[in-house]
Amino acid sequence: MYATTYAKAKDVADAVSQLKGADEGKLLAGGQTLIPTLKQRLASSDCLIDLSDAGLSGISDEGGSIRIGAMTRHVEVETSEMVKKAIPALAALASGIGDRQVRNCGTIGGSVANNDPSACYPSALLALGATVHTDRRDIAAGDYFTGMFETALDEDEVITAVSFPKPEAASYVKFPNPASRYAMVGVFVAKTSSGVAVAVTGAGQDGVFRHGGLEAALNSSFSAESIDSVAVDDSVLMSDMHASADYRAHLITQMTKRAVAAC
Amino acid sequence: MPEGTMNQGIGASVRRKEDKKFITGKGRYTDDINRNGQLYAYFIRSDVAHANIKNINVNAAAKCEGVVAVYTGEDIAADGIGGPICGWTPTNRDGSAPKEPPHPLLAVGKVRYVGDHIAVVIAESLEAAQAASEKIVIDLDNLPAVVDPATAIGNTQIHDEMDDNVYFDWELGDETATADALGGADKVIELTVTNNRVIPNAIEPRAAVAEYDEIEDRYTLYTSSQNPHLTRLVMAAFMMQIPESKLHVVAPDVGGGFGSKIYIYPEEAVCTWAAKKLRKPVKWTADRTQAFLGDAHGRDHVNKVKLGLDKNNKIVGLRVDTIANLGAYLSAFSMVTPTYLHGTLLSGCYDIPAIYTNVKGVCTTTVNVDAYRGAGRPEATYLLERTMDYAARQIGMDPAEFRRINFIPKDAFPYQTAVALQYDIGDYEPALDKAMEMIDYANFGSRQAEAAKRGKYRGIGLSSYIEACGIAPSAVVGTLGARVGLYESAVVRVDPTGTISVFTGAHSHGQGHDTTFAQIVADKLGVPIDSIDIVHGDTDRIPFGMGTYGSRSLAVGGTAISKAVDKVIEKGKIIAAHMMEAAETDLEFKDGKFTVAGTDKEKSFGEIALSAYVPHNFPHDRLEPGLEETAFYDPLNFTYPAGTHICEVEIDPATGVVDIVDWAACDDFGNLINPMIVEGQVHGGIAQGVGQALLENAHYNEDGQLLTASYMDYCMPRADNLPSLKIDYTVTACTHNDLGVKGCGEAGAIASPPAVINAIVDALSVVGVTDMSMPATTEKIWRAINDATAKAAE
Ligand SMILES: Cc1cc2nc3c(=O)[nH]c(=O)nc-3n(C[C@H](O)[C@H](O)[C@H](O)COP(=O)(O)OP(=O)(O)OC[C@H]3O[C@@H](n4cnc5c(N)ncnc54)[C@H](O)[C@@H]3O)c2cc1C
Repeated sequence: MYATTYAKAKDVADAVSQLKGADEGKLLAGGQTLIPTLKQRLASSDCLIDLSDAGLSGISDEGGSIRIGAMTRHVEVETSEMVKKAIPALAALASGIGDRQVRNCGTIGGSVANNDPSACYPSALLALGATVHTDRRDIAAGDYFTGMFETALDEDEVITAVSFPKPEAASYVKFPNPASRYAMVGVFVAKTSSGVAVAVTGAGQDGVFRHGGLEAALNSSFSAESIDSVAVDDSVLMSDMHASADYRAHLITQMTKRAVAAC
Repeated sequence: MPEGTMNQGIGASVRRKEDKKFITGKGRYTDDINRNGQLYAYFIRSDVAHANIKNINVNAAAKCEGVVAVYTGEDIAADGIGGPICGWTPTNRDGSAPKEPPHPLLAVGKVRYVGDHIAVVIAESLEAAQAASEKIVIDLDNLPAVVDPATAIGNTQIHDEMDDNVYFDWELGDETATADALGGADKVIELTVTNNRVIPNAIEPRAAVAEYDEIEDRYTLYTSSQNPHLTRLVMAAFMMQIPESKLHVVAPDVGGGFGSKIYIYPEEAVCTWAAKKLRKPVKWTADRTQAFLGDAHGRDHVNKVKLGLDKNNKIVGLRVDTIANLGAYLSAFSMVTPTYLHGTLLSGCYDIPAIYTNVKGVCTTTVNVDAYRGAGRPEATYLLERTMDYAARQIGMDPAEFRRINFIPKDAFPYQTAVALQYDIGDYEPALDKAMEMIDYANFGSRQAEAAKRGKYRGIGLSSYIEACGIAPSAVVGTLGARVGLYESAVVRVDPTGTISVFTGAHSHGQGHDTTFAQIVADKLGVPIDSIDIVHGDTDRIPFGMGTYGSRSLAVGGTAISKAVDKVIEKGKIIAAHMMEAAETDLEFKDGKFTVAGTDKEKSFGEIALSAYVPHNFPHDRLEPGLEETAFYDPLNFTYPAGTHICEVEIDPATGVVDIVDWAACDDFGNLINPMIVEGQVHGGIAQGVGQALLENAHYNEDGQLLTASYMDYCMPRADNLPSLKIDYTVTACTHNDLGVKGCGEAGAIASPPAVINAIVDALSVVGVTDMSMPATTEKIWRAINDATAKAAE
């Protein structure tokens, strides 16, 4: 680890001003991704700004949607009665992230900011049509994820919360990478008043994406069989030692079927 | 047994004495040891697989804040320090000696794998050392990587001493007789079997703290080792070139080894050397990435197998041609593992009249490969049990029945195999029968049909294994090229008040010696185990010992303890006879009491201990005072644990996911000292074997980069990869050690991989799949199903 300093932000404004004041300031949420990368000297920062006291955690029911503060830990989403009632698929997704230690530390804001191509949350944001709230604006999920580890966030922008519209039905099915247990393919299927959305994580060369072909088939008939004839193009999928693109394509179909069946 | 020793002796599942410290986080590992004024070493490793070193410029690094020294291979060479050596060398089939190219502690002229040590920075803090290391400028001229053992021979030359990349070319068995047997066979089954490369992953990474005492001219090295005396011997005599007595090696609590901590690696030696140069203690602890890159890997064999059967499906001959990848440099047991620990096991549990094997040990630009839990025997078992299964399928015979008719019959022991070993005792059918009963083999068909209704493929797979362990007879291994003896030692010291310290040359790094060894002593002396301390791991305290590997601790080390205890009892009898004015021949020792036959005279063990140290009434004419005995035990033979494991799987054809739904293991380890510890060893071994069969793989890309160098990519087995395991035993007591024990540490890892793969192939046989390689990943299975289905449709 390179030498660094550490400070707690007392609120969002403080975090933003500390970020602006540092050369290479980094927000520290659950630290589950950031700390290992710092330890391995894959990243450096002259100033870690801890968000844990910035008043960003908590879950609230906003009527049509559930709003989850950026610093809300995975375990809180997993066990929240409010989430379990309104969007059970989201609580289930949170319960499948990492292990207990990771879920006790990791936050939704950290996960969404990081946009790991194998992370689970991004698929939920995309399929449910969530909104990412920041210190300065609201960003629609469809505009937010811009590529692997890339987002629409500015350098010194802080996520404050994520709002998820309540779906009619939704389900997330993950095929874990056996080693990391992140998603090798994760499919979030959501049925909302505006139709069916299918978001795929763990597989795309550019990170999380929606699959138009699967959505069209499910919009015409919401059943596992309806996607049998849908071709999943593997040329845009990742191919690595864990899974080649054609296997990932196959898994997308399979996980989508399972998600539909579970809706 | 007297009060207080009930259920603590041989055969009792005593809870492990050592667990309290481990599960409360109070273990004291090498990294927990800190010395005043210590410096920190950080090694700069090659990030390419193969290159000539044009220049290394350390000037900027040496000037960094906190840096005390920067050394390269030239500094090591200038001081005449040698590299790790090979402890056991087979002879080539043409009678010549194998090639042993030098392994410099820090690279000289060339780097040969990703992770090869180029330089070391020693600084006042680890951060300073690491920061300075980034200032070292290394100018390399890249050469092609050589990764695949199958194509290594004659590929880009890696060592000057070896133009074809072949370390050795060894054979065992009768080639002509085997060719004749195969020529005359009714059927010859041919199969290529690959044993995938795995990474040991001890939970505690390697570490070293070295210091030099100027006044005493003596070094102390704390290190995470399985065999502190071996480290001392090799490091003093071959590397540092100092008197052996001037090096004190301590292996404190050690968090697992699986073989990877047998060897002496460059880091430990460099720290020891630098401690004297700098007159300050030097510390180094590997991080996990360094462990992946630098610890000796395991397995990595490619075998071509030919098995001949007569018209009754009895095996008539076996030929195995093996290429073993040994990596860029040799380490202590890297040559013996694929030869004498592999070729000698090719008869398995079977009566095979003619066997021939040729093994070529090849060099590649990957980290060295050496013994890993089972060492050679899992590789032999895997290829044989895969071939047995494949053959049974080809001839349309039930795999259990095919094994049964080929087993060495019970009355054939001692049995001389065609590949040098003589099995002293065994009885293989009862273990097979019991395992089949445990898993309800007879009703497998109905379970398979039920699974099919749920859209799942269900399969069952057997593995009947044998291993040679309790490594072992020095005279035998000496003729086979070992450069060390393989006895074990023990000192049993009885204190005046009757408490006992046992000093053993074996080393516990998870095996539970504190408990098992104490049970042996408690049983024999009739004292509570809490009055017995087991001391190991410190060369200043213990007698010269060979350490722990090859499932040898109990069979060899435990027997040495037993023999030392016998000497204590013999001496005690003479003292007791003197005190009770009786004839020695009338003396008996039982349940902690010396009694005179036919009388009510008795002396307790404690009374005799006291009189040995307060020898007022003592047979001075015959004995020296004191009650402390030493025994070195060198067995007459290996021990031969054997058994059958059966695995049942269910496969989801939609994804390729394999679920191990049931497991039955019936092992013959001879007598059991602590059945609970044995069961734990079997569980761990099976988990490791399942890891290799389904999940683990050291993946080098064609440039020689290790892509699986973290747990994000290297897949270890987890609890949810395993079912609840059914474990049972048969017992044929070993004929040539006092305890009748055989060893259980490696059996699970040896037996399990073929059981898993055979079960998978069985499950997939419904669609016509006949073979599967390890690790059987979900993608491989999915692809095998697709390919077989497509072929069937043609
Ligand atoms: C062993 C392990 C297993 C895991 N398994 C999974 C899995 O199965 N599925 C999955 O989805 N994830 C998984 N994760 C990831 C984990 O769940 C976290 O979500 C992730 O590491 C980031 O969250 P964090 O709170 O720890 O963020 P940190 O590590 O603290 O931060 C990550 C990045 O986000 C930035 N950041 C943090 N908060 C904000 C904010 N409010 N505004 C702007 N930027 C911010 C930080 O500056 C940093 O760059 C796993 C992690 C580990 C260690």
